[in-house]
Amino acid sequence: MDPEERLCAVTRTKPLNNQPFIGFSSQQKNWEDSSFLDYGMRIEPQISYFNPPTETQSSLASNFNNQAQITSQKSYQMNVACESNRIQDWDPRSTISSLSFLEKKIHQLRDLIHFINGQRGQFTGQSDELLVQQQMLITADLTSIIVQVMSTAGSLLPSVDHSPVANPSAGVSENIVLPENYAVNKVEDDHSRVANPSAGVSENIVLPENYAVNKVEDLTGYFGAEENYAVEDHELKSDDDADEGENLLPGSYEILQLEKEEILAPHTHFCTICGKGFKRDANLRMHMRGHGDEYKTPAALAKPNKESSSESILIKRYSCPYVGCKRNKDHKRFQPLKTILCMKNHYKRSHCDKTYMCSRCNAKKFSVLADLKTHEKHCGKDKWLCSCGTTFSRKDKLFGHIALFQGHSPAIPVDEAKASVGPSDRGQISEATTKIEPRDFNFKSNVIGSKRVWK
Amino acid sequence: MEGDQALKPISPFVFLSEEIIFTILDCLDEDPQTKKSFSLVCKSFHSIESHHRKSLKPLYIELISRILNRYPQIHHVDFTYCPRAEDEVLVSISSAYRSTLRSINLSRSRFFTHVGLSSLAGKCWGLVELDLSNATELTDAQAAAIAEAKNLEKLWMARCKLVSDMGVGCIAVGCKKLRLICLKWCVRVTDLGVGLIARKCKDIQSLDLSYLLITEKCLAPILQLQQLKELILVECPGIDDEGIRTLKEGCKSLEVLNISKCHNISNVGLFSLINGAERLSHLSLAYGSAVTADFAKCLYKLSGLKSIKLDGCLVTFSTMKAIGDWCVSLKELSLCKCSGVTDEGISYIAQRLVLLQKLDITCCQKITYASIDSITKSCTTLTSLRMEACSMVPEEAIVLIGQRCQSLEEMDITDNNINDAGLESILRCSELVSLKLGVCLNITDCRLSSVGVYCQKLKELDLYRCMAITDVGITAIANGCPALEMINMAYCDQVTDCSLICLSQCLQLKALEIRGCPCVSSVGLSAIATNCKQLTVLDIKKCCNIDDTGMVSLARCSQYLKQINLSYCPVTDVGLLALASISRMQNMTILHVTGLTSNGILAALLAFRGLMKVKLHISFKSLIPRSVFSVMEHRGCTFHWRNKAFQVETDPKGWLLHLPRHEG
Repeated sequence: MDPEERLCAVTRTKPLNNQPFIGFSSQQKNWEDSSFLDYGMRIEPQISYFNPPTETQSSLASNFNNQAQITSQKSYQMNVACESNRIQDWDPRSTISSLSFLEKKIHQLRDLIHFINGQRGQFTGQSDELLVQQQMLITADLTSIIVQVMSTAGSLLPSVDHSPVANPSAGVSENIVLPENYAVNKVEDDHSRVANPSAGVSENIVLPENYAVNKVEDLTGYFGAEENYAVEDHELKSDDDADEGENLLPGSYEILQLEKEEILAPHTHFCTICGKGFKRDANLRMHMRGHGDEYKTPAALAKPNKESSSESILIKRYSCPYVGCKRNKDHKRFQPLKTILCMKNHYKRSHCDKTYMCSRCNAKKFSVLADLKTHEKHCGKDKWLCSCGTTFSRKDKLFGHIALFQGHSPAIPVDEAKASVGPSDRGQISEATTKIEPRDFNFKSNVIGSKRVWK
Repeated sequence: MEGDQALKPISPFVFLSEEIIFTILDCLDEDPQTKKSFSLVCKSFHSIESHHRKSLKPLYIELISRILNRYPQIHHVDFTYCPRAEDEVLVSISSAYRSTLRSINLSRSRFFTHVGLSSLAGKCWGLVELDLSNATELTDAQAAAIAEAKNLEKLWMARCKLVSDMGVGCIAVGCKKLRLICLKWCVRVTDLGVGLIARKCKDIQSLDLSYLLITEKCLAPILQLQQLKELILVECPGIDDEGIRTLKEGCKSLEVLNISKCHNISNVGLFSLINGAERLSHLSLAYGSAVTADFAKCLYKLSGLKSIKLDGCLVTFSTMKAIGDWCVSLKELSLCKCSGVTDEGISYIAQRLVLLQKLDITCCQKITYASIDSITKSCTTLTSLRMEACSMVPEEAIVLIGQRCQSLEEMDITDNNINDAGLESILRCSELVSLKLGVCLNITDCRLSSVGVYCQKLKELDLYRCMAITDVGITAIANGCPALEMINMAYCDQVTDCSLICLSQCLQLKALEIRGCPCVSSVGLSAIATNCKQLTVLDIKKCCNIDDTGMVSLARCSQYLKQINLSYCPVTDVGLLALASISRMQNMTILHVTGLTSNGILAALLAFRGLMKVKLHISFKSLIPRSVFSVMEHRGCTFHWRNKAFQVETDPKGWLLHLPRHEG
């Protein structure tokens, strides 16, 4: 069965808000085939989160039609569940208006696809260039409609709280529904981030292969850097800014992922006229005043409006671009980062060199400037010292650290030892301090041994 | 020359292998003099003896290098006679006995630092026991040096007041094989240090945390120790019921628990503390608040208890009933200074606890004849009975003890109503080793003559203020009890030199107290000194007839003398200087010795080499130059200054008023 045919068939038999689910279950297949593993939300890991991966994967890969049927059935089941849930939580009026909007858009979409289908037959004889141009135009239209459909459908999604895994059969339907949800988010993400919305989104929609392939190249160029990271030697450092207590259901939130360059970029706002960069939007607006009176109007100086309400309803969470990191969305036990600042700090702390060194102790290094400043407030007050060289401001923290690791012991401060021993024993003391280093070495190997959970 | 040698009879020892001679020497361990004589026979004996010796108790560190050369096989070094143990000494010991040294006792020594300790800990890999008690100047840095002794199993650190969590933490990390650690009085150690020990040293069997400010936070890991058998928590006010409630369960392997003076642990806390401790056999709750009416609930779980100590607790009949009901296998019970002990309670307990071997009812003022009657009737296997100051117990009851409890080994009836009949009855207990009859004013020596017939095992006899005792009684004791090691005849003012001359037959005598015996003179003391070579403790305070002659004979013969009290004696500078030749002398009390001048004391102080503690009258403080003090302190000697007025009255508390013969 052709993808578009299937889509139409389903549209006829199922309620309208089913559309996005099916659209994306097929898209899921598309991702598998075109191997954009680096692009957005991979389906595979998410599935294995709930089910043994072998089973699901075979169902995904082996028979497309079969899978489509399962998809429609299961998503229907799921939908009923969602519907009942939504009644409790959401405003029915906004739901109805969203549904009617969806209905309208679905009709547009169907017409457009019919048109494409018809055109394909017609233009077979024509030159490839013309065909490509026309198809590009159509694709752009199609894309924008689908984006609208999906974002609206996304806003209709059930809230986070209910747990669909309650009965065993729901597990399967979950596998299908969740990827869809990711896809919606991903599209929005691209929509907001990439200059031309149609360019970014087109991959997600079931389209003739050649379009997809074009885009794959484009995107791998854009996202390609990610795959080059080695997976072996990540340090698994838990973040202090973590939201450990948060138990967001995978898929119940939108995941955004910035690129390394974006994270490390000193400026995020640039002047369109002179190109100067700013950290804050407000600073850019202040700067813009110098470029002419038109930037001095209250409207130009006002804070830009927030995004549309439908988008802000979904919780946003951030993923670290570093592959293999627990904060990376592809990690088995992925833990998202709460804010963009959390993500930036996490990336710098965990995956970047520590470039800021404390000028007072010349020992502690930091990758986030704020951390250095915090440290400088307390530097010199850390009097509780471990044999591994780590210092603590509190004695109980030191003893907790020693209890945790083998071979670490409290280090008696040198001045205290000197005072008690007298001048004749200095040689001994320096011997004691030099002994610290091999222990330090042990410590590191221990940490890796004890904390590494993967590979 | 050669012919002469051939004619000499060949010593039979030539044919004996070294192992056999070692075995023979093993049997001579009891008396140090015999081995000394053995080693002086010939060169080969000297060498055999020096290879046989396993333990060393040096007197002066000056000779240590020669000692180390002579004895190569030392396992145990005891520095208790050596107040000064400097780093150099410890370093030379650790290099000499690198592979043999197993244990070292530095509990009475000072002046060593982390250099000496780290040398011991680092070089002597076989070191398993280390006693650092009373090292009040030991710092964390020095304690950290101990951590290098990886094989250490027993460590005593009582009164190491400067050691904090950091030092203890180093030890916990370094000495993983620790089985015993005593941190009593290490007041700077808190939950963190103790907790780390419990987490790192999993083989701990015995833990003494008395007088520490610890809380339940460190108890949690302690109670999870799989090997823990002994837990001593005397006076830990930081541990309370609230905290104990947070602990999940008690320690299963625990056998001995001491929570004496823990006022914040009631029976509720005790209940959770012993939860699951099925092997608990010894429980001490002295001076605590755990013994209440509900105490029975705890005892219900402790049917295997062998010993309970309830000293100073408010005991009621219900408590006693619970003990009788639940602790049938009890062998040791202490109700010392318990205010609520009645005849009813004692009788109930006595009927149930027929296996009881040791009973302490000191200062139970309410018990009477009925208690003693029931105890003696059912607990016939009693080996120890302490009943000092049970003033309501009549004379007839004491007679019952001697008649019924024939296996008594230890008996304390100080300050009781006992007459000659009672004494005669008690003296029939042939197993008696220790008998205390202090302040039993009514006993006379007419019945003491039988003492030798039965009590041949007697080692310890206390006749403090038994004023009716005369030479007749003492002579009988001296003849009948050859094993006597300690005798106290303080204030037995009718005792004369005859007694001492007779007592000099007891060759094992180690402690002699004849305080306030005016009829004793230097003649008697000389007899003791000449014969009783083992004498270590001597109190001749207020013996107004013992003078320099006595001191000279002591100096000549009693080389083991360790402690002496000379107060109020007519001893002069000559006598004191003579005593200085006793090399083991450690403690001296010299108050109100009118014959002494400050120069004499000065000379004597400098002459004594091993002195550790001197009690002097405060008037001498200004007369002794500062330089002498610094020399003495450098040797490890401490001074205690007393400001007591001179006592002329010999009977300040009116002890004699009870005696009819003085009234008449």
